[in-house]
Amino acid sequence: MSEHSTYVPGNAVEKWLDDRLPVVRFAKAHLMDFPTPKNLNYWWTFGAILVMCLGVQIVTGIILAMHYTPNTALAFDSVEHIRRNVSGGRVIQATHAVGASMFFVALYVHMFRGLYYGSYKAPREILWILGVLIFILTMATAFMGYILPWGQMSFWGATVISNIFTAIPLVGENIKQLVLGGFAVGNPTLNRFFSLHYLLPFVIAAVVALHIWALHVPGNNNPVGVEVKDSRDTIPFHPYYTMKDLFAMVLFMIPFAWFIFFAPDILGHPDNYIMANSQVTPAHIVPEWYLLPFYTILRAIDFNVLFIDSKLGGVIAMGGAMVMLLVVPWLDTSKVRSGNFRPMFKWFYWLFVINFIGLMYLGAQPAEGIYTVLAKVCTAYYFVYFLIVLPVLSRIETPKPLPTSISESVLGKNAHA
Amino acid sequence: MATQAEHTTTNRRDFLYVATGAVGAVGTAAVVWPLINQLNPDASTLALASIQYDVGPIAEGQSVTIMWRGLPVFVRHRTEAEIAEAKAVPLSDLKDPQTDEERTKPGHEQWLIMIANCTHLGCIPVGDAGDFDGWFCPCHGSHYDTAGRIRRGPAPANLVVPPYEFISDTLVQIG
Repeated sequence: MSEHSTYVPGNAVEKWLDDRLPVVRFAKAHLMDFPTPKNLNYWWTFGAILVMCLGVQIVTGIILAMHYTPNTALAFDSVEHIRRNVSGGRVIQATHAVGASMFFVALYVHMFRGLYYGSYKAPREILWILGVLIFILTMATAFMGYILPWGQMSFWGATVISNIFTAIPLVGENIKQLVLGGFAVGNPTLNRFFSLHYLLPFVIAAVVALHIWALHVPGNNNPVGVEVKDSRDTIPFHPYYTMKDLFAMVLFMIPFAWFIFFAPDILGHPDNYIMANSQVTPAHIVPEWYLLPFYTILRAIDFNVLFIDSKLGGVIAMGGAMVMLLVVPWLDTSKVRSGNFRPMFKWFYWLFVINFIGLMYLGAQPAEGIYTVLAKVCTAYYFVYFLIVLPVLSRIETPKPLPTSISESVLGKNAHA
Repeated sequence: MATQAEHTTTNRRDFLYVATGAVGAVGTAAVVWPLINQLNPDASTLALASIQYDVGPIAEGQSVTIMWRGLPVFVRHRTEAEIAEAKAVPLSDLKDPQTDEERTKPGHEQWLIMIANCTHLGCIPVGDAGDFDGWFCPCHGSHYDTAGRIRRGPAPANLVVPPYEFISDTLVQIG
């Protein structure tokens, strides 16, 4: 890990520390000197933006936990208490709630960047898999966090999602009761979800550390997808990418701040300002926007397949849509990483992006009429893209010629300009 | 240092390793189990497992929703027409075949008592709605008939009839 180190202890104290715990050497090698491809575009800044998002959620979350009460009788009021009485609580609570959405914006951009530039291909499979684990952990954390305000959507969202467990044959009902701590969502559920919602971000932070470790073994992929060949292809992480990442964070904070200060509730649902009521289901249950594509896939399977009934089928499809991401490195066997050099891939990729946005739109619509048909079509393309398009394209597509090095591609671009 | 040759036969030390490991595994499981079991419904939740309810005041054609074990329960006083409609359905039309008699108590056929959570993902269906004159779940579009049986949509099963009995003509004990 210290192969890039150029650290020379400046004085006796630094030397003393370096001989015992070379933490300064480690930081210099990985946060400053780390050789980074010189052609990274702004899509590559979202990793740093995501680290910032996780930091924002942890800091605001720890503060909110100082004022919040995880009890069904008090939770709803305690959130209102934070918003109305706690000094600055209105902004801190809004930052946490909006922050969840901004986290997923950055997460989806980061993942779609990886899918376009083939960042999941050898030797970065483990890096990609750790990223998918972070994605799944983040969805779980966000879902549990949404229960805590104890509004109608909190309650019924939890009811719908926990009933997914009942699709498991034989032991489903018992697993559901084990998860909820009762026969329905109630006080034990709220308590344990609060506990886990506090724990999981630190688990995510640990997996992020592994993710960055796995990144720093092969180094960054880059927009042309050609591996770094020599030092002419790279520049040190600091100051070049520290500054670029910081600038991107500032840009990212502009819409973030706009939501916090001007529209803190626009991404939420009005029904969640009604306290949870186990006797009344809202007319239209909608999860938060970032879970909608997977919710659509869950709902799309409304027919039995052989011995698998529609409910279990929906759960398998939704789980499969996430698990599918784990095996992408072995489905796309094309040697060319970057979509820029894959003329056919590009079309299917952008169709996949549009299709994903379509799934998101459909998840917010009622399950009737044309929407159920479209949901089936979009769900089908989601799976076709991974299971058919990627493997087949890998065999039949003729990629465009690749530049021999990153350095050549950068200089070539300048020569044409 | 042990040489390779000494390890070719199973000896007393190998047995002790396996035996120690096995005891350790059982001990670990014994410690972990209570840490998981505490997640199960606690004694105060289980204590609510049985309730009594007087259905007398419910008028014909009226439904009420009561709570049992934290779950909403529909109690419907069905009209003659609804009962006749439920009985007229051939079993071959049903996704989860059950006769109307199997879902009610003999002599109390006008009373339909069932857990009010859709068997799909647990929403509360809307009464007097849907294409089969029973219930309609707005969440994912499941239609139930006048006996609470699933007729169309993603739900896999009929609305669940909880264990109950009539302890007098109008007093019901659920659970």
